[in-house]
Amino acid sequence: MKPWKPDIDRKMVFKSVKEYPPMAVSLYTMMFNKTGTWRTVRPVINYEKCVYCLMCWKFCPEPAIYLEPIEVKGKERMKPIIDYDYCKGCMICAEECPVKAIEGVEEER
Amino acid sequence: MEGGEGMRLPLPEREVMTPGHLACQGCGAALTMRLALKALGPRTVLSIPACCWSVIDGPFPHSTVNVPLFHTAFETAASTASGIRAAFEILGKEDVNVVAWAGDGGTYDIGIQALSGAAERNDNIIYICYDNEAYMNTGIQRSAATPLGAWTTTTPVKHPKSEPKKDMVSILAAHRIPYIATATIAYPEDLVRKLERAKETKGTKFILILSPCPPGWKTRPEDTVKLSRLAVQSRVFPLLEIENGEKWILNMNIKKPVPVVEYLKPQGRFRHLKEEDIQRIQEYVDKEWERILKRCGLA
Amino acid sequence: MRKVLMGNHALSYGATLSRVQVIAAYPITPQTQVVELLSEIVADGKLKAKFIRVESEHSAMAACIGASAAGARAFTATSAQGLALMHEMLHWAVGARTPIVLGNINRAMAPPWTIWTEQNDSLSQRDTGWMQVYCQNNQEVLDSVIQAYKVSERVLLPTMIVLDAFVLSHTYEVVDIPEQEKVDEYLPPYNPPYRLDPDEPHAFGGLTGPDGYFELRYIIEKAMEESREVWRETGKEFGEVFGREYGLTEEYKTGDAEFLIVASATIASTARVAVDVMREKGKKVGLLRIRVIRPFPFDEVRECLKGRKKVLVIDRNVSFGFGGIFYQEVKSAMYNEEHRPPIFGIITGLGGRDVRVEDIMEMVEDVERREKPEDIIWKGVRV
Repeated sequence: MKPWKPDIDRKMVFKSVKEYPPMAVSLYTMMFNKTGTWRTVRPVINYEKCVYCLMCWKFCPEPAIYLEPIEVKGKERMKPIIDYDYCKGCMICAEECPVKAIEGVEEER
Repeated sequence: MEGGEGMRLPLPEREVMTPGHLACQGCGAALTMRLALKALGPRTVLSIPACCWSVIDGPFPHSTVNVPLFHTAFETAASTASGIRAAFEILGKEDVNVVAWAGDGGTYDIGIQALSGAAERNDNIIYICYDNEAYMNTGIQRSAATPLGAWTTTTPVKHPKSEPKKDMVSILAAHRIPYIATATIAYPEDLVRKLERAKETKGTKFILILSPCPPGWKTRPEDTVKLSRLAVQSRVFPLLEIENGEKWILNMNIKKPVPVVEYLKPQGRFRHLKEEDIQRIQEYVDKEWERILKRCGLA
Repeated sequence: MRKVLMGNHALSYGATLSRVQVIAAYPITPQTQVVELLSEIVADGKLKAKFIRVESEHSAMAACIGASAAGARAFTATSAQGLALMHEMLHWAVGARTPIVLGNINRAMAPPWTIWTEQNDSLSQRDTGWMQVYCQNNQEVLDSVIQAYKVSERVLLPTMIVLDAFVLSHTYEVVDIPEQEKVDEYLPPYNPPYRLDPDEPHAFGGLTGPDGYFELRYIIEKAMEESREVWRETGKEFGEVFGREYGLTEEYKTGDAEFLIVASATIASTARVAVDVMREKGKKVGLLRIRVIRPFPFDEVRECLKGRKKVLVIDRNVSFGFGGIFYQEVKSAMYNEEHRPPIFGIITGLGGRDVRVEDIMEMVEDVERREKPEDIIWKGVRV
């Protein structure tokens, strides 16, 4: 399961001073901002090649990769899953993957 | 660091920071914050001066870090943090990390006075400088952290940076603070270990984290982690710790260094360098490395 | 308890009684005694506070802002160059809505070097959003610190308590030091609506575009407007609890006055003596002392100046290229009023040049001789 969930679906613009806090304080997260739209290339994990080393998860700057427990050949592993709502397509994950299990696919726009 | 039954993760699992923020694709500073918050945990208060993170965190009324964050003036990361810590002490709030989180501009240049003041007083703060080696937020201008020979908008190709990188680590060591460390994103376990150690230490802690910047270094976004690894492997950015300003510990003694040209080649900001410039940089790196070895008692 | 105190120590006692929790200050003549006494009081354990010996005034204000944002009552003191160095952070304290109280010893700006009194340092900051209280005696200095915390924490705007260098800061006067229990009744603990707290995380001061910033400015101005009534209310309450009442202004023998002097700080207390002397000679003269200049006391000024024959505003400051600052502001406040009197302004006492009772009487005579006001009239300069 994704460890994050948006609390609001768009940037908040208060309609009047009555709604404002007394100073500029944050009241919401940035998760309304689905940065997946920034992508020109989409990283795709080939789970047949994946050795579950979690390099991709370690190095994602967003984070846009989350983990789910899985059983692989009778062993407990964590499976990295890319959240395409937020993945900006930087491809660090692909570059760092030691077994080249992540491929870049051109986004169709 | 458990995840699943009997499964050990290389880093703390919990994501304190959530996505949707405004960092560029492949931003070293974003990864630095993500890793740092994993190490420090949610009971952390950030004092952030003008820098890329002033924007990355998101506009009012939004924030991406999910911890208390005080945006403050450019030169005041350390002095604001000192005030925050004093308040928590008098209010009896002990179990909170007070962290000044600044770029290289706000640390090496305009912020150095406040940092020196806090260090001299040994205020109980963790000062983290995420170093992308220029004033990136304002469009890639040169700072004292910009390395020798680099292009920036104020050190154009006809006049690249003629001074070497300011040695902040030695400056802080001279303040004899309890703990100093260098780290970078290619070695996340090392980074986390050092921040956890800083958490447990009382007094002023200074952590310098090399954070490559694709638009500023003119590099491909996917190379960000690779470049920080090359920086260490070429001896340009030694990973070390200093205790009480006196005991220097080299975490990775790079016995077979990568030639510095391999580190410089993928970076557009060094594209203008000629053979003799690269040679000069290699000599400088070699000399600095000898100095570090001596300091660490490994010469 | 009554003690003979210098103005600076009155500030220290005011801060101590207000139970300030974080003090961050840097020394500058003639403020040093404020923080010296406070550091002793803290070291003796008489005040439970953290004293940060910062390395500059800019850092002093930054540390106070951080501390206040984290939920502590913060205090600092400075003067002239130090206040000027803090300027960027003075704006920050207002935007961040941190109710800090600062003691400013009015000292003339360098160069050349000087340590004597003039109001330019604090008046240069009048656009920042800080509330400003000009004191005429050391009792008022002590009392105003306590009242200022009450007002500031209610409206979430910082206040500077201003006193003249040497004339007040280093002059010893009898001051009644209130009992801590009474002050605790009057001034509740600081409890901001938002603070730095891991249990309730917020980012303070995030990037705000044209779609959001305007309202934040409006909100600050509304807080300033609200503060006028809060100053009046808390000033009255001060009278009830401590026996000394304070307003935004103070009037002396204004009832039937045809000639009105408007002044502030210690020039006002000298003017009070001049008023008595002139009254004895049969002149119908009165004094309006402006105590709080930000927020500007429009109602009090308009009410008091209405229908006078002549008004003289005395300034111990000058806005180069325009003239005396209190003069400008009083004139502008009266411009649209129906029964506005002719208003004259005189600049005097800059750089600490002494202003005596005779000088004030001469100023009044000078103005009486004039038919029309001028933009600048000087008194006491050797031209």
